[in-house]
Amino acid sequence: MAILVDDKTRVVVQGITGHQGSFHTSLMLEYGTRVVAGVSPGKGGQEVHGVPVYETVQEAVDKHGANASVLFVPAPFVKDAAFEAIEAGCSLVVVIAEHVPLHDAAAIVAFARQRGAIVIGPNTYGICSPGKSKIGIPPNSIFRPGAVGVVARSGTLSYEIVQAISQAGLGESTVVGMGGDRVVGLTFIDVLKRFEADEATRAVALVGEIGGTAEEEAAEFIKTMSKPVVAYVAGRSAPPGKRMGHAGAIIERGRGTYESKVAALTAAGVQVADFPWQVAELLRQKLGAA
Amino acid sequence: MKLYEYMAKGVLRENGVPVPPGRLARTPEEAEAAARSLGPCVVKAQVLVGGRGKAGGVKPAQTPEEARSRAGEILGMNLKGCVVETVYVESMLGIDRELYLGITMDNAAKRPLLIASASGGMEIEEVPERAIVRQPVPVEWGLMPYATRWVAHRLGLSGDLARQFGEIALKLYEIFRRYDAELVEINPLAVAGDRLVAADARLNVDDDALYRHPDLPRTSEATELEKRVRELGLAYVELDGDIAVMANGAGITMATLDVLQRYGGRPMNFLDAGGGAAAGPMAEALKVLVSTRPKAIFVNIFGGITRCDDVAQAVITARREVGISMPMVVRLVGTNEEKGVEMLRGEGIQAYRSMEEAAARAVELARAGEGVEG
Repeated sequence: MAILVDDKTRVVVQGITGHQGSFHTSLMLEYGTRVVAGVSPGKGGQEVHGVPVYETVQEAVDKHGANASVLFVPAPFVKDAAFEAIEAGCSLVVVIAEHVPLHDAAAIVAFARQRGAIVIGPNTYGICSPGKSKIGIPPNSIFRPGAVGVVARSGTLSYEIVQAISQAGLGESTVVGMGGDRVVGLTFIDVLKRFEADEATRAVALVGEIGGTAEEEAAEFIKTMSKPVVAYVAGRSAPPGKRMGHAGAIIERGRGTYESKVAALTAAGVQVADFPWQVAELLRQKLGAA
Repeated sequence: MKLYEYMAKGVLRENGVPVPPGRLARTPEEAEAAARSLGPCVVKAQVLVGGRGKAGGVKPAQTPEEARSRAGEILGMNLKGCVVETVYVESMLGIDRELYLGITMDNAAKRPLLIASASGGMEIEEVPERAIVRQPVPVEWGLMPYATRWVAHRLGLSGDLARQFGEIALKLYEIFRRYDAELVEINPLAVAGDRLVAADARLNVDDDALYRHPDLPRTSEATELEKRVRELGLAYVELDGDIAVMANGAGITMATLDVLQRYGGRPMNFLDAGGGAAAGPMAEALKVLVSTRPKAIFVNIFGGITRCDDVAQAVITARREVGISMPMVVRLVGTNEEKGVEMLRGEGIQAYRSMEEAAARAVELARAGEGVEG
């Protein structure tokens, strides 16, 4: 078991003929991901690393049963490409690009909600269920199949923590990069619910950062979970953030700081690591005791 | 990107939201001339930081002469690190009450949120929860007139004021959408006799959407140093420590600063060279770090899209072109790690694999360098 993606996930790569699209298609294939088709408008009929390229996502879905899409398209074209994937029936859409306009991201998330699709990103490295499937751009070498579910807002910081979990021999059930942008498709709670229900997951690592209220909201849900959760929150040393006028302050109402997040998580029984490399050790203690 | 008050008010005016007449002034003489045509007025510092009123950046003037001397006091004033270069001279309103009206993106709910209060003004952030009205707006359908009537009713507005409030709220939502705003805010929304008027305004535009707003003016709060690095396409924020940092990815860069601080070090900057930056821009960014004369430089890379050999090349290039006289610690793992480590070894630099050891070493070297002139 794993969450969101597994060896049955059939992936279409939008923007497959581009530099990044082509490069990461080869790495995903190397990892064992079932990349069944690519899409690049104007370039249908070609092949990239043996993967057939089509004009539309609909063809990829109809001819190859693609049910997930990963977008390697520049930020200004992300909204259109994501809508196309959702309309064509992909139930999972992974948006790698950073700098996607905020209003575009909100529109994508709203459309996905209407159609019951899940959006990972924007500004994400993607998702990996080790040994089964990787959709996105993280290095193949850091993963190892195992018992820890990892959910993160930031990218490279989770590579750091995932690698430590792998090296500690624990391994991961699924690693989800929700994306670093302010509006992304998933919330911590969406992912935590799935980990709680997933048989392969025995503990969860949550990698958060300052800003927004996602960690505080996650803490409320964690109180209801049976599985142990360990967290790391980045941004302890950041100077008081640049606030977005009064409306931002009114929404956050004192939440959003490092102290607020750690307090909320601790109150929910989460052990918060002082250093990123301690996450794996804390997980080992939890799993050893379980 | 934040717009100055006068720019935000220009956008509001163009879109039919009532704002007081006003004129921009760069000198006390210009302020005097503006006041001559406006009558009793308020002289307002044009800065991008909030809280200028409490800091003395907003002053009333009854006569043109008074406007001239008030402008003389405000121009050149340092408000929270921003030097005031222009003032906005605005016709004085007879304000009976102050409301608050803002629209922003509720990131957690992933949709726009209209926020209003009958207790607007400078203390808005202290207003108790029960005095704040929130109206979520569905992305698909936008703000409907009925929703603005609900909000007006909950604010205790009736009759023509309620009608005016609804019109302003709908126009504000149009502005929020049309300009890719992160925030559009009127505080206070003044009740002046039988009219509602935007006495102050804020409009923050999403940086990632600026490409589709070529006609909007551009502003920047960045320091010269920050501008130099950002022009390379990298994220940079100046801090006040003595260890210069380059890492890749916002999360790991923040974590790097946290770790240095926990070890007793003081980071000098946030430099995120993530997103697969090429060797060239990274070398240029390193040169900027060297020019700030830190006690030590810490490069912390977990290569994903970023390739370790590109990082090594950047270090080597910067060293050859400007020399790096201060101690430097490089931690390098991930994509093309062996190649990068080998390249550095050829230059006599021993790269670290462990972030823990590397960070501890960087703090130690910065301490050793204390008191020594770079």
